[in-house]
Amino acid sequence: MKLLIFFSLIPLFTAFLIALLGRLRTQIGCIMSGVSALLLTGMSVYLMKVVNLSGLLIYKISGWAIPLGVCLVADGLTVFMLCIVNLIAFLVVIYSYDYMRGFTDKWKFYTLFMLMLAGMNGIIVSGDLFNLYIFLEIASISAYALVAFGIEPEDLEASFKYAIMGAIASIFILLGIALLYSYTSTLNMADIALIISDKSGSIFISFVCVLFLAGFGLKAALVPFHAWLPDAHSSAPSPVSAMLSGVFVKTLGLYALSRIFFNLFSISSGKVFFALMFFGVLSMVVGALLAMAQTDIKRMLAYSANSQVCYIAFAFGIGTPLAIAGGLFHILNHAVSKSLLFLNAGAIEHVTGTRDINKLGGLNQKAPLVGFTSLFGSMSISGVPPFGGFWSKLMIITAAVQAGHIGFSVVAILVSILTLVYYLKFQSFVFFGKIRSGMKESLKSLHFSMKFSMVVLAIICLLTGMVFVPQLKFALDSAVNALLVGNGYGAAVVAQ
Amino acid sequence: MSLYFLCLILFCIGLYCVLRKRNIIKIIVGIGIIEYAVNLFIILVGYRQNGRAPILAHDQEILNMVDPLPQAMVLTTIIVGLALMVILVALALRIYEKHGTFDITKIRRLKG
Repeated sequence: MKLLIFFSLIPLFTAFLIALLGRLRTQIGCIMSGVSALLLTGMSVYLMKVVNLSGLLIYKISGWAIPLGVCLVADGLTVFMLCIVNLIAFLVVIYSYDYMRGFTDKWKFYTLFMLMLAGMNGIIVSGDLFNLYIFLEIASISAYALVAFGIEPEDLEASFKYAIMGAIASIFILLGIALLYSYTSTLNMADIALIISDKSGSIFISFVCVLFLAGFGLKAALVPFHAWLPDAHSSAPSPVSAMLSGVFVKTLGLYALSRIFFNLFSISSGKVFFALMFFGVLSMVVGALLAMAQTDIKRMLAYSANSQVCYIAFAFGIGTPLAIAGGLFHILNHAVSKSLLFLNAGAIEHVTGTRDINKLGGLNQKAPLVGFTSLFGSMSISGVPPFGGFWSKLMIITAAVQAGHIGFSVVAILVSILTLVYYLKFQSFVFFGKIRSGMKESLKSLHFSMKFSMVVLAIICLLTGMVFVPQLKFALDSAVNALLVGNGYGAAVVAQ
Repeated sequence: MSLYFLCLILFCIGLYCVLRKRNIIKIIVGIGIIEYAVNLFIILVGYRQNGRAPILAHDQEILNMVDPLPQAMVLTTIIVGLALMVILVALALRIYEKHGTFDITKIRRLKG
């Protein structure tokens, strides 16, 4: 299937073209990246249909046989992630058409943005461990640059912090890959899965697991490694924060981690999963408590992202089919609602010029659309019934109870209540009450493209609750099956 | 074996440099040292005692060759490392322009 290679080629080529032509017209970068992201979204939906019909798809680069060359693989999980990433990327590009007006050198923003998208798509489709590392670095390095895009002193500080921690994480991942290569003499993920299943489990694999847990855990901001996340998310321009917390952290951290643990090592229980569960619950609590204390909207959202992403880590740690389904479903819900909330935060900053919730109030009178959409996002994330977030949390907590982790599931429920508390605080401080007297005159109005993205994301927030309709449920089911087959991944890829 | 041990020491020197130093430039150098240590480790993974490069020639018989794949990998990681180094140094320059110092204990505007 030749289509697979275009998922990283199109954004790379677009980035190249924008760098070449972007200086000529101011909006050319946005238009080109919008078209390319729309194309990618269409391709991922098409690919989802094809994978659903014909199962696993493979593209061998330059036709080399499996263990020799690099191959790209598309299974249920791949297409599920591709759809989320490209859809969010498209809406964020639309949003930044108007949001980025205040910035100079917009073409640089779009070049870096497309490079980041190329990296993320590459990670998702890659079937080769070293190739995955290269795409991870492409995505990470462009993210460091994007965080510092505003070049305010705070942005630079946050970006430097993120870059140093991200570099250490990448080095741990590379070390893990090198050790795995010395153990199996291959870099192909399918081949590694087969070889490891032949050899009996050893302490060596556990060591590699720990390296990957540290590396990808840092990229996913699990709690002992979470320090970079609130700084980077709150300093970056809002479209970048939406990308970072919406899809970047999940692709680089959780997708790669789950792919390696489930499909390569085929771990189904044990110490590694307990570690994932423990750090997941710890980060949930710490993230939620820290989020309550924040007065900066974007910092609050960033800590909330930390707390919610760890629901997913917790779900993968439980490891039962229901828990994995809940975790993947939560990836979708959290991607949509957290991107929406970051875009709202950008809109609030655009309208009022501040992000401090103590200085805001009564925005529902001036910008009802922002208030309405952010209500959708907040309700979905804190798990209020008709929205998708409720169902995914319900699935995760039910799975935790079924698997016998009563203590952890009680903590998860309490954290869910805390989440509702700080989102209600956000809503009441920012959107209800009266507009501050000094602020009334200086309020600006919103542009069309910002409204469009927010409304579309709010509608998707509401619609994700209906994923259980039979016509759509196959997407989630095939993604869950892709993780549950474990070693079968290797056999299926080699057989093609 | 002693080579692996020296490689580990190099890694630890780099890690110490990143964790303990206050100067941004020294931290960046530390990242560089860690990268070299990992690159050296990858080369060592593919190395064999008295091995030679696996280049096929007509009148030669290769008995003991090193694994060429790690060498190709290291070439790529060096380029990735270069990209990382460029962005770190660019950030350091900008930080010096804005904050007027290289000392990370004095660059503390983000809290909470």
